[in-house]
Amino acid sequence: MNITAQQKAERFVSVLRHCQLLGLKVLQADETRLQMRLPYSKDIIGNPMMGIIHGGALTTLMDTACGTACFVAVEGMELCPTLDLRVDYMKASEPGLDLVAYASVTRITNNVIFTECQVKQEADNTLVAKCNATFMRIGAEMTPPDFRNVIESGDASIYMGIEPLVKVNGKASMNTGGES
Amino acid sequence: MSFQDTIHQAQSSGDFQPLVDSIPYAGYIGFEFQRFGDNVIFKLPRNIDNIGNPILPAIHGGVIGGFMELAGAINLLMFMDTPLMPKIVDFSLDYLRAGRDQDTFAECQVWRQGSRVANVAITAWQNDRANPIATARAHFLLAKK
Repeated sequence: MNITAQQKAERFVSVLRHCQLLGLKVLQADETRLQMRLPYSKDIIGNPMMGIIHGGALTTLMDTACGTACFVAVEGMELCPTLDLRVDYMKASEPGLDLVAYASVTRITNNVIFTECQVKQEADNTLVAKCNATFMRIGAEMTPPDFRNVIESGDASIYMGIEPLVKVNGKASMNTGGES
Repeated sequence: MSFQDTIHQAQSSGDFQPLVDSIPYAGYIGFEFQRFGDNVIFKLPRNIDNIGNPILPAIHGGVIGGFMELAGAINLLMFMDTPLMPKIVDFSLDYLRAGRDQDTFAECQVWRQGSRVANVAITAWQNDRANPIATARAHFLLAKK
């Protein structure tokens, strides 16, 4: 398999439907670290008085960032379900600002993977939330061939169809998993 | 009407639907609830847009977390004396089994409400309440009156 860590991460996220709706984007990925952006949207506000993004969208960002980091960190195509996720919300994010998750894989064992993650406002690096998440290892042999093929080819259409999911400002936000 | 007025009106009338309708994230994931006197069951109807894992398929763990967090906050507004939207401080979520592509339910237990912080346990299930798909514990900061 001759794809880069970043391609592996991008293609993984390209088949996660809810993440495509949120517009999650892999900014950078290597074998132990990953950066992922959640763009600000009025659709995911949790407190309309303040225009603050709901914690659930942050949870999704952190779960996806850590889970994708695990998928990239292990050899082959091993899917790792989340065992637990513990989040501290340090500060409400400011309205209108995109958020970036900085996830890292702390330790990989035969059964579990430990990760940690910080979420910062992209514009000024203010720390918004941090989390520790643990993932189970279920073995690469549990991954269906179709899914392996999606990651190797970068063609997400068997899971996602060929139509883009959402259009933002007239531009499809669907991440096709290719190089950008 | 301001969001704070919406909260106030929901608390005085007992009708929380307009409050839930005014929270964009609730509509985004399809958050619903049904009250039975002093009890409430929260519902996340089956929705393809909430899918994370396409293979099973399974609901994204983050959506399950968001659903449970929102349930915890609404539950506090319904039953506790707090005039503002509770602020989440921390959230600990254990995933017990995959959330399948079907309706999901949740209920909350407020273990303690102090003057500043409330401790809430949230349980989510699908087919069988006795076999939850996830359990969570959250602390919320409460606004002073």
